[in-house]
Amino acid sequence: MSARELAKDQPASFAFNAEYLERAKKVIAKYPAGRQASAVIPLLDFAQRQEGWVTRPAIEAIAKMLDMAAIRVLEVATFYTMFNLAPVGKTHIQVCTSLSCAVRGAGDVLKTCKDKLGIDAGDVTADKAFSLIEVECSGACVNAPVVQIGDDYYEDVDPASMAKLIDAFKRGETPKYGSMIGRDGSAPAGEPITLTEDPTKPIPKQDLAAAKAAFEKAKAEAAAKAAAPKA
Amino acid sequence: MLADKDRIFTNLYGRHDWRLKGARARGDWDGTKELMLMGADWIIDEMKRSGLRGRGGAGFPTGLKWSFMPKQESDRPHYLVVNADEGEPGTCKDRDMLRYDPHKLIEGCLLASFAMKAHACYIYIRGEFYNEASNLQVAIDEAYEAGLIGDNACGSGWKFDLYLHRGAGAYICGEETALIESLEGKKGQPRLKPPFPAGVGLYGCPTTVNNVESIAVAPTILRRGASWFAGIGRPNNTGTKVFCISGNVNKPCNVEDSMGIPLKELIEKHAGGVRGGWDNLQGIIPGGASVPILPKSICDTVLMDFDSLRDVKSGLGTAAVMVMDKSQDVVACISRLSDFYKHESCGQCTPCREGCGWLARVMRRMVKGDATLEEIDTLEQVTYQIEGHTICALGDAAAWPVQGLIRHFRPELERRIRDYRDAKVRNRAA
Repeated sequence: MSARELAKDQPASFAFNAEYLERAKKVIAKYPAGRQASAVIPLLDFAQRQEGWVTRPAIEAIAKMLDMAAIRVLEVATFYTMFNLAPVGKTHIQVCTSLSCAVRGAGDVLKTCKDKLGIDAGDVTADKAFSLIEVECSGACVNAPVVQIGDDYYEDVDPASMAKLIDAFKRGETPKYGSMIGRDGSAPAGEPITLTEDPTKPIPKQDLAAAKAAFEKAKAEAAAKAAAPKA
Repeated sequence: MLADKDRIFTNLYGRHDWRLKGARARGDWDGTKELMLMGADWIIDEMKRSGLRGRGGAGFPTGLKWSFMPKQESDRPHYLVVNADEGEPGTCKDRDMLRYDPHKLIEGCLLASFAMKAHACYIYIRGEFYNEASNLQVAIDEAYEAGLIGDNACGSGWKFDLYLHRGAGAYICGEETALIESLEGKKGQPRLKPPFPAGVGLYGCPTTVNNVESIAVAPTILRRGASWFAGIGRPNNTGTKVFCISGNVNKPCNVEDSMGIPLKELIEKHAGGVRGGWDNLQGIIPGGASVPILPKSICDTVLMDFDSLRDVKSGLGTAAVMVMDKSQDVVACISRLSDFYKHESCGQCTPCREGCGWLARVMRRMVKGDATLEEIDTLEQVTYQIEGHTICALGDAAAWPVQGLIRHFRPELERRIRDYRDAKVRNRAA
């Protein structure tokens, strides 16, 4: 398991701004009355989006909002690895180094990041512009190596395209996410051999009346069999 | 190879409009009300007859699972929870359904919930899938606006609410009871079973947890008929399946094909073959990180379905095919997976919490060969002390890759240990 702790330096206070307060109310309404604790992950996510990371005052404020013990919210914040428990850079780079990415060169991509940024995995650059971490499976394995930057997945990355991405972010741009080699989603590169037909062609459907009749007949037969005296 | 006309996910690659208009043009939401009017019993029976086995990894028959829910509603509401917490290394199929075919999933949620007398459904999506969640939320909003779900879903008189819930990065939440805990606002630590979720699940109420793919294929199965689905694949391993082919292949991809397709054909036809040719193959993990690796000799002939892969002591899992060619350090690959399980163990059960860390440490030494030959046996014994001794299957999943390595690549482990020992002796002499 991954042991995680809150940062030593903490701000004095936390309050949701009007936008997130409104969104928080909507999220809480998704769950049945009395089950507002279900909203704890979304609310911690909002706090992180507002502040950049999850602070102790945010944990305490959310505990109050959801009528939870602060320790329960702290447990959640430390258990789920998407919550940053210390400040991260403005551009937060998460390199997947799990197996499918590793066998396609994620190690080299990670090295490119380290070299270009001059930091190690887990660190933040001195100007707070970038931070870098290694993550476990991002779930885009057929587009490996995958790098998550902010909320977006950059896929089919290699050291050259990774270097270009970092340069673009350094210039303040947000490059288009998705495949770096121009693939459509998870399709194989090159000429398609599947899904080449018109997808709007009518699908052959079963005869529901006949299906219902067969179902009722089978049900009646089963009932008759069950009712029949055992020989 | 499966014909396009038998493919369910016709927008798998996102080449067409994923929104309601496009989905309708591809046949989604066509006659949904009529399917509901056939009745809950018919829907469950049809799902049973289709032979669909759960697509999340365990392969439990979906129709049977649905039939475990109480037949009558009581003061405890029923819930359907869709597991979209995809994160098994190698697996990325649900992602395509969530972002490019969200209406198949939403329609499936309605039909499955109706069959199980659930008026509410939560889709638990992994937090990293931000753009996927955005698409899905847009699709849910569209479905509400069009009256397909809501107070009178599809004009059937059935009230149905669908909510999207985003997780925050924890592989263990893909385990159904951990997912329920997480949805309730707690750490994702699995619950003891029994009671099973169908009796006591979300908020203590009857709950069924299904994988995205299991739910998303349901509308097409019901529309086209159980016999159509059952006619594809092999007995007890029916239907179509989305395979994820990653690693050292020329064209990694997701593709929908029939269950039971030979592994070699799957890779050669759809993924452009193994890098450097089939003979350059070292081993394949056929079903996501949790299943044991297979050496080339087995990959030559094995079929991709639950029973065929079980027979060779591996598993179909999520059908995530991870290919390693001869350039890969196979011991390092499995060591990487041990690191994964060490990171993702929830820490609740001692054999898993301590065992996964121990496996990862020993595997790191095995990569270098810094071990004794006897330690291979010790390593194997420890995997059997983890397997079956934990609340959930994560312990098993951590044990199996190491067992597979020892089963098929023991000579490689021994060679490293000898080389390391020899090098040490030589260094001392120098």
